[in-house]
Amino acid sequence: MAECHPVGFRWVMKAKERGATIIHVDPRFTRTSAVADIHVPIRAGSDIAFLGAIINYILTNDRYFKEYVVNYTNAPAIISEKYADTEDFDGLFGGWDEETKQYDRTMWLYEGVDADAAAGKKSGPRQPIRPEHTDPTLQHPRCVFQILKRHFARYTPEMVENICGIKPELFHKVAETLCKNSGRERTSAFCYAVGWTQHTVGVQYIRSAAIIQLLLGNMGRPGGGIMALRGHASIQGSTDIPTLYNLLPGYLPMPKAKQDKDFDSYIRFNESPSGWWGEFKKYAVSLLKAYYGDAATQENGWCFDRMPTIDGDHSHMNTVASMADGNIKGYFVMGENPTVGSMNASLQRKGLRELEWLVVRDLNLIETAEFWRDSPEIDRGELKSEDIATEVFFFPAAAHTEKDGSFTNTQRLLQWHHQAIEPPGDCQSELDFMYQLGLRLKELYRDSTLPRDRAIQDITWDYPSAESVLKEINGFTAADGKPVEGFTSLKDDGSTACGCWIYSGSYRDGINMTARRKLGSEQNWVAPEWAWAWPHNRRMLYNRASADPEGKPWSERKKYVWWDEEQKKWVGHDIPDFIVDRPPSYRPPREARGKETISGVDPFVMQADGKGWLFAAAGLQDGPLPTHYEPEESVARNLLYDQQCNPTRMEWRRKDNLYHRAYSDPRFPYVVTTYRLTEHHTAGGMSRWLSWLSELQPEMFCEVSPELAAKHELKNGGWATIWTARGEIEARVLVTNRLRPLRIQGGDIHQIGLPYHWASRGLVRGDSANELIGFVGDPNVSIQESKAFTAMIAAGRRGKRREVKALDEMAWERDLPPAEGDHVSSHNFKAEESKESNA
Amino acid sequence: MSIWPVVKQIQKSDVNAFGKNAFSSRTEGLQPRTRQADKVVGSICPYCAVGCGQLVYVKEGKILDIEGDPASPISAGCLCPKGAATFQLVTGSHRVKKVLYRRPHGKAWEEIPLDQAIEMVAQRVKKARDENWQDADKEGNALRRTMAIAHLGGATLDNEENYLIKKLFTGLGVVQVENQARI
Repeated sequence: MAECHPVGFRWVMKAKERGATIIHVDPRFTRTSAVADIHVPIRAGSDIAFLGAIINYILTNDRYFKEYVVNYTNAPAIISEKYADTEDFDGLFGGWDEETKQYDRTMWLYEGVDADAAAGKKSGPRQPIRPEHTDPTLQHPRCVFQILKRHFARYTPEMVENICGIKPELFHKVAETLCKNSGRERTSAFCYAVGWTQHTVGVQYIRSAAIIQLLLGNMGRPGGGIMALRGHASIQGSTDIPTLYNLLPGYLPMPKAKQDKDFDSYIRFNESPSGWWGEFKKYAVSLLKAYYGDAATQENGWCFDRMPTIDGDHSHMNTVASMADGNIKGYFVMGENPTVGSMNASLQRKGLRELEWLVVRDLNLIETAEFWRDSPEIDRGELKSEDIATEVFFFPAAAHTEKDGSFTNTQRLLQWHHQAIEPPGDCQSELDFMYQLGLRLKELYRDSTLPRDRAIQDITWDYPSAESVLKEINGFTAADGKPVEGFTSLKDDGSTACGCWIYSGSYRDGINMTARRKLGSEQNWVAPEWAWAWPHNRRMLYNRASADPEGKPWSERKKYVWWDEEQKKWVGHDIPDFIVDRPPSYRPPREARGKETISGVDPFVMQADGKGWLFAAAGLQDGPLPTHYEPEESVARNLLYDQQCNPTRMEWRRKDNLYHRAYSDPRFPYVVTTYRLTEHHTAGGMSRWLSWLSELQPEMFCEVSPELAAKHELKNGGWATIWTARGEIEARVLVTNRLRPLRIQGGDIHQIGLPYHWASRGLVRGDSANELIGFVGDPNVSIQESKAFTAMIAAGRRGKRREVKALDEMAWERDLPPAEGDHVSSHNFKAEESKESNA
Repeated sequence: MSIWPVVKQIQKSDVNAFGKNAFSSRTEGLQPRTRQADKVVGSICPYCAVGCGQLVYVKEGKILDIEGDPASPISAGCLCPKGAATFQLVTGSHRVKKVLYRRPHGKAWEEIPLDQAIEMVAQRVKKARDENWQDADKEGNALRRTMAIAHLGGATLDNEENYLIKKLFTGLGVVQVENQARI
């Protein structure tokens, strides 16, 4: 965090000054470790074993926050009789289908929940937990709490030592520190970044942290939570108003070909009978009104038949694989540098070579724009520029100082940046480019009478300014174009239009709330008048949990939002994330639907049952509880189960994406992890062209321990070559004690650290770490595993014409344990799921 | 002569010469260049997702400097090395200011006018879409899309820009719309 989010880390240091204990878990000793109280070096890819052991520690030592757990989580819920745990099948949950390589997820449901009803639901069981299907004493053998205890029983400190390389004393210190610092009077927070997400089990890493935080009562309370430290100015915004294949703005799912045949079925499959998603239809109708304007009417199903549908996983890696197979004609790349920043760089370039045309928009001539004249393939003499048929357009982009617009930061805060000057030359914002392109396309299709062209004819397209777009995002009444106050004003009768319901209120009364810049010192410590947070300017989600079931603060020290009996409403330092006049005593009648089902003790209003999920009864491909699986490529057998890897992981078995053996591959004996440096930004497009930053970090390097250096005669400051079955790179050697060999199962394992910022253009150049990494992904979100894989290292530079050795030999079968057979991927689409992204 | 700092220092027997005696009249007149700004524009750092506040100092349509905004409760005036380099990011000579075109099999970039380039892209989108349109799958389920066009966006674009990208591509039936957020 100190390296990649330095200014955010300042507040961690402030907390330390006030007595907070900082624990840093990372394979490397970094600037964060240097100021942390406890540094825990860990083997990359083994975090679930570590976190699972903390869960086990909390449960076996009765350290959980009982009142919180019983009331606010699904711990008392009784699970279906059909449920079978990884304890029963040696690492697989019940319901595994060897044919489809998928689970029958109806076996993970709550007792009493109709499986048919639950299928297709975005966020879980479609009804609240009924009291008759719970056990508040937490003793029922099939209640979530007892299942949790059994599932994590084998996650012991000894396992942590042998899987993660963390000594029992150090483990104990971490677990005890966390437990001691949680409860009524104290809270602990988790911060993570892509070191947790870029794994074949990335989602389950986060789930593990969620279980710990729910057990300790650290969610929805000040000083608690799980903070995703996102790495780009508006990466949160890019998920909220997604440019993602499976989502529409505000986390509404893209229509699916097989199920969402018309507007009514789209609603039926996505609206929840209970919880806040009962409001789904209002948001869907308002979005279609924002897209298609007057053309969208009740009679024509709000133009739902203009919407394209998805019938598979059309995410980044699948798109690039399809591109490399010649199926894609044109590709737009805007503010992104995939030949450096995305995995398997050579496959990325192969994809670009197969295109008819490519549009790149950026500030500089990045590698993705110049792939046709500068690439390792051309460098090695395998290809010539003139052999590449792709037509390339490079459009110079406007900088953020040359355009108005909002970024959404990592804490869901929309902040407006004002245009300071005009863009130079042909430089243009994406807003202006898309607007102009849209006008031209509308003109090209103006006279068409084909039904398929109605969508482009009908979409409303009148945007004189960025603020006019924000107004549409905020929503307005269709009759007079007046901005709505917030999402509670949205209707399902076509009288309102809203481009993104969770952002509704950001332009209330025609005031750009995101541009508010009231001094921090002139408002309360929550600073509600600085910019605007979604939803509804709430700075902390699910903050009803900061009060006890009766609505009183858990403690004076941790007071945040509470029920005021006199005013009959929720009040506090923040805007309550709850129905403001719903008393703690409210219990829904049996026939209640939608938001009326949210009881006075249901802080997690977006869940159909209002509870924090220790057990994820729906929504995940790879199991309702986190389970330790080794990365696709590991140096170790899975000590916990016979099942080596996540059985539902996504693989791309193709000649241009070879895998190593699952474990102990003698050719690739070391673990590699990639990371960022303070002085550079991701794939370098915004840093390698600047002399100020280039001077600070001028060259690609690899971090190795003195022990590994001695083994391979690597000299500090000298060169090393690192290779995998996918590619080969060279880097300067940094021999450092910041990386230590870890002792597991009686042997030493070595880890190599690689920053990934460099490539062949810019002021400072070097090889790109992503040449080494293959396509393999998490089944829930299709994110690649780039934080743990195996490789080999040797002293010296790579040969200019040396190819990656013996590719044919690499194609051998992975000798996996029988359970995973050859699970060729699981990137078959699961139509009923909505994958959500998280990077 | 007496305005020369060294003379002042000798006259005052000031060995350290740290204070007023080290000032020349030029020193007295020095000002941060941000003082010359004719406007100061509120902005946000374009790098990571912490969202530090920035102040952009502008004079006669040119950016003089970019500093941290002390008013921000997030950053309280601080910027990290990258944030502090924003001035160079937006004003540096590295920036390309012309549209560049590489024809198929070409060996060099060519400059073409912006309008022409957008029109060429629009034509190519139409062609790829029209020639590769999918109305329905084999079972007759509606698809209403083209799989011949794809998009990958960076996560330093504005929300308003992402909104138009998703809306236009959805209007065209382009579904392979992806973002750094997946990565």
